[in-house]
Order: sequence, then C-alpha cells, then structure tokens
Amino acid sequence: MNAPADSTLAGLVADLACGRVEVVDLTHTLSPDFPQIVLPPEFGQCAPFRIEEISRYDERGASWYWNNFSCGEHTGTHFDAPIHWVSGRNLPNNTTDTVPVENFVGPVCVIDCVAETEADDDFLLTVDFVKRWEAEHGTIPPRAWVLMRTDWSKRGDPAAFQNYDEVGQHSPGPDPDCVRFLVDERDITGFGTETIGTDAGQAAHLKPPYPAHFYLHAANRYGLQCLRNLDQLPATGAVLICPPLKIRKGSGSPLRVLALVPRPEVTDA
Amino acid sequence: MSMSDHGPSPKRRNPVLPPRRPTLPPVARTRHALGLSAAAAIGEFALQECRECGAVQYPPREACRSCLSDMLTWRPDNGAGTLLASTVVRRPYELYFREHAPWPTGLVRLDCGVSVVAFLHRACPEAEGRVRVRAYLDRAGRAVLVALPEQEVPDMSEDPLLKAFGNAPKGRNVLVTDGRSDLGQAMALAALKAGAETVWVGVSDPWKAPPGFKALEETPGITVLSLDVTEGQSVETLAGQIGGKVDILINTAEFHRTHSALSRRGVETARAEMDVNYFGLLRLGQAFGPAMCSRAAEKPKNAVAWVNVLSVFALANYPQQGTFSASKAAALSLAQCLRAEFRSSGLRVLNVFPGPVDEDWNQLELPPKLAPAKLASAIVRALEDGIEDLYPDPIARDWHERWRADPKVLEMELTA
Repeated sequence: MNAPADSTLAGLVADLACGRVEVVDLTHTLSPDFPQIVLPPEFGQCAPFRIEEISRYDERGASWYWNNFSCGEHTGTHFDAPIHWVSGRNLPNNTTDTVPVENFVGPVCVIDCVAETEADDDFLLTVDFVKRWEAEHGTIPPRAWVLMRTDWSKRGDPAAFQNYDEVGQHSPGPDPDCVRFLVDERDITGFGTETIGTDAGQAAHLKPPYPAHFYLHAANRYGLQCLRNLDQLPATGAVLICPPLKIRKGSGSPLRVLALVPRPEVTDA
Repeated sequence: MSMSDHGPSPKRRNPVLPPRRPTLPPVARTRHALGLSAAAAIGEFALQECRECGAVQYPPREACRSCLSDMLTWRPDNGAGTLLASTVVRRPYELYFREHAPWPTGLVRLDCGVSVVAFLHRACPEAEGRVRVRAYLDRAGRAVLVALPEQEVPDMSEDPLLKAFGNAPKGRNVLVTDGRSDLGQAMALAALKAGAETVWVGVSDPWKAPPGFKALEETPGITVLSLDVTEGQSVETLAGQIGGKVDILINTAEFHRTHSALSRRGVETARAEMDVNYFGLLRLGQAFGPAMCSRAAEKPKNAVAWVNVLSVFALANYPQQGTFSASKAAALSLAQCLRAEFRSSGLRVLNVFPGPVDEDWNQLELPPKLAPAKLASAIVRALEDGIEDLYPDPIARDWHERWRADPKVLEMELTA
C-alpha cells in the first residue's frame, strides 16, 4: 500500500497488460439514434447528437473523411457540473473547465437496484436501501463515486428507454433524503445513473424537485448519466475515470467514462 | 397495402426495356405571356385586359391590339364559351406532344369575345356546343388551355388530358414526412382516401407517443417509417429504402413556436425552426429529389409532385411568430430553387401557404383557423388540379391578395 508512486504505476501497467486490471467502457456510442432528454416544449431544449459529413474522399476533400458534429452539453453519456443547477451556481470551481481534475479519478461503489427497478419503473433509492447495501459491502468511503445500477441501459429500444406515458417519463432515481445522506454523511464525489438523468423520471414532483440535481450541485458534487455496463463492475474496488471536455464555463459535457476493474482471478501470463 | 377497391393496378413496366426519359413541352414564353401561366399556377384562367380601352385579348401581347396602349392587366375569366371547330392532332413535331399523341384540339369562342385554341376533354360536345375553358399547367409548368364540358360528367378526372396535367395521388405511392402532427395524420388519411396505393408516414422520436398516432399506425394502407428531417443519416436511410418508389412527397415536418425576435432570448429555438423547416427541406431534397426526377416519366407509374407545407407568413413576416416566419421564408426560397432544379424532369413543386392552422401553437390566434383535415383535403385537390401554389383558406387568400397588390403596404400593416 505504501509503495512509491513509480512502482504503483508500474504495477498498474503490468496488471493492465496481463488483464489483472480490466478497462471497462461505461459509455454509450454518440449517435443520432440515442435519445436525448426532452423537457416540456415551452422550455429550451437540449440538442440531440447530429453529425454531418464535411468530406469523404470526394469533391469536397479528395483524400480525407471527416464530420462536423453538434450536440448539447447534456447529450449521450454525460457529466453534470455543479453550475448546471441553480443551487450550485455561485460555488467556486463549478464548471467543466475548473473542476479539480483529481475528482475525475476515484473509487466507485455500485449499488445494485436491478430487481427493484424491474418491479417498479419509478423505483426510488432510499437511505435504508443504501444502509442495507453497506451492511453487505462496507461503508461508502469518502470522496467515492456512487453509481445506481438498474440495467436500464439494456433497454435498447428508445421508446422503452424513455418510457413515456401521458404524465411524462417513468424511470428510477434517488429520493431526496438519500441524496442528502450520500452528500452529507458519506461525502461522495458524485452520483451516476444509467437513465437519462441523475434524477428519477417523475422527480419534478419530489420535494425539492430534482433532488439529485439540487443537493449534489448545492454541495459542489457531480453527476453522471446514461452510463452502461455497470453489470461488469464489482460492488466495490473499481476505479472510475470520467474527465469531461474542458468547455469554458461549461455546465456539463458528453464524455468517455471508463472503469478500472480488478480481476484477481487472472494470474500472470 | 394495396387499395384494391380503386381498381386493378396498371401493368408493370418491362424491366429489360430502356427507361422512359423525361421530355417536356416547350418551356419558353415571353415575359408577358407568363402572366397566363402565373394565373394557372394558382388555378385561375386569366386574360389580358386593356386598362385604357377595356379590350380583352388572347394570346398575350406587349400592347393592346385595339389601342396600342401598354397599360395591360390580367383579369380572371370564367372561361365560358362555344366550341367552334375541333380536330385531332396525331403527329405533332415536339417530342413531348409526339409521345402523348393524339391531342384532341379545338377552337373556342369565349363569351368575353376572344377565340382561343384549347385541348379538348373527351366529354366535350360537338362544334357549336357549350364548353368552359380552364388553364392547367403542363409538365413544363407552363399554361395550357383545356376545354371542359359545361357540366361535370362522371369520371371527369379520368380523361387522359387531366391525368397528364394533374398530379393525383390515386394509384400512387405517397410519403408524408411527419405523421406526428394533426396535419400529418390528416394528410396521410386524405391521401389514402384519394386512392393512394401506398401511404408511408415518417415519425421521429416515437417515444413521445403523440395523440392519435397509434390509431394511424393501425390504419390499413398506412405504413409508419422512422424519419427525422433534422438528421441526415435518417433521411438518407429512408431514401435508400423507398426513394425509388415515392411518387408524391408531402413535407409536413414543421417546428412551430410563437416567438418574435425579442420575445425569446438566444437563438436555439429559432435554430430548431430553421433546422426542421429549412434544412429539413434541403436534406429531403438532396436525398429524395434526384431519384424522383429520374422517375418523372416512368410508366405506368411515375413520380409527379413534391409538396411543401409552408405558411402564408413566408410571404411577409408576422412579428408575433417572427422567427417561424423567417424559417418559412427561407423554406419558400429553397422551394423555388428546387422548382428550378426539378423543372427539366417535369416533377411538380406544389407550395402550400396556409393561414393559421388550428393547432396547439396557434392557440392564441383568433378564429378563423384552418382545420388540419380541411388543409389536407385542399392539398389533395391541388394535386389533382396540378396547380403550383395553394392558398387554402380565406386568411391566406387575403394575405396573398394584399401581397400581390403591394408587398410594402402589407409589410407596413403587419409591422404597425
């Protein structure tokens, strides 16, 4: 544990090379087919991902292929910076370009809510649920990322992923007390989900509305959403890597999210 | 998908024979003669009238035949007249007319005193019988005169002349680009009712489950396909699937918000309007236009028309919906460009200029508002009549009149 940094990294490199540490991609492919968050139509809207060809070995550029793409800061698998919410608007270092970079690498706890979500699309993660998880896996360490695993990302059909009816979207998320507990009692770095937002589909009707956004960002903590492959992570022991694009005064950004996962069963080649 | 109650499908093309290449009737007209075509483009028959001596004349000239005044104007005529003589032209010289011969042709003495040469509907009476003359657009988009029987007869529109000059959905494959809106749904049903063989309806963001859409999906004869006009790959994918089969494309895709330039901070809503209303049309044009042009002369079934649902606000900005108006003006300009590029194939561009449609974003507009189903049936009729510009409701016609009279005065009224 107290080995010098150079041998720690050398060990990591060796473990990566032989597969004892696996790199898992937690990111959806950025494509026009992936649904974007939709607000009621009177509000401004987040742009979906769009891509237009500049040239493809043709009269627009004989030997090269490239595209222009456009999207919102909150399109696809993305990061929420504290300034995204009004509760975090006046905090220091609250934008994508100023968040201290050490927050983009850290331990990750994965709370399995698959069975509960299968039973109830509107499942809300509670403090009791987290404490039961801790009884099994240990207390969430300070400055950890906490991810809510629901297998929601396996809903490949956009209609099932969005899951709208006439009162809006139905998808799981944390309840207000749970977010406060994670921030105040467990000092988490950030909270992540597989759904379109860090909050539940019906979170506009919670008190306060959108509690994950409200409390996380009020405390200068971060959000991740539209994650996938959480079923490949252990409950504890993995490391999350999630640096957003360095957008000046950005409120968030699409990003590539990776996890370093220990595979102790792999022995030296 | 076949609508068998509209009769048997025509015999299919023999695929080993060369394709029919489009030929066109002569397109060139003098500037003065184009007045006749401009009237025909909105479904009117108009004659030149001298403002000094009141004489009516045909064909159009630069000066009055009676008094040599150049104070000429166009006035609508009801076309009523008497057939003086008739013949059948069997061996014309022009390629288009040669291909479509024979042409029953006659001389008609109009009640207003001028004589015109017109093609004859098959149900026209013998010489000395009463007829009414209408102006149609030919495949080159230029006016031709057709004498019709005075009274409606059964299967009036089955005449080969009217079928050649019209763009009826009957027996054809129709693509309605967006079926989420009330108009899109009404349009699909109206095309089906008009006898379209296939009606494809595009839908984007299907998870939004728009009201009425499920019923549309379950309607026999209607096939729902994924299409998002803001997404190039989506448009190209659909064109790859059905682009070689679309005979009539009706672009109902529209992004409609009700903001002036200053009432909505930023440009994102205006950009979304442009992305659907203008760039959406451009994407559709690039993906579907060339294949439709190449099939404009195919037999037995050919591509005939491209319909843009614009807005009368495209003519002059309606400040209460200022950015929407701007996007529709951009779309109108592009539609004129498409019209020019489709011209040589004979594929018709029909621009539709409705006044306020009775839909949610026009909630705060006072009546009268145009019901989507009425707009849809007006579009079908405009296709059947082969016109080029449709002003489907009283408000639209009023705006159009005022715009024609003096666009600057209309602008001053709207910006008061």
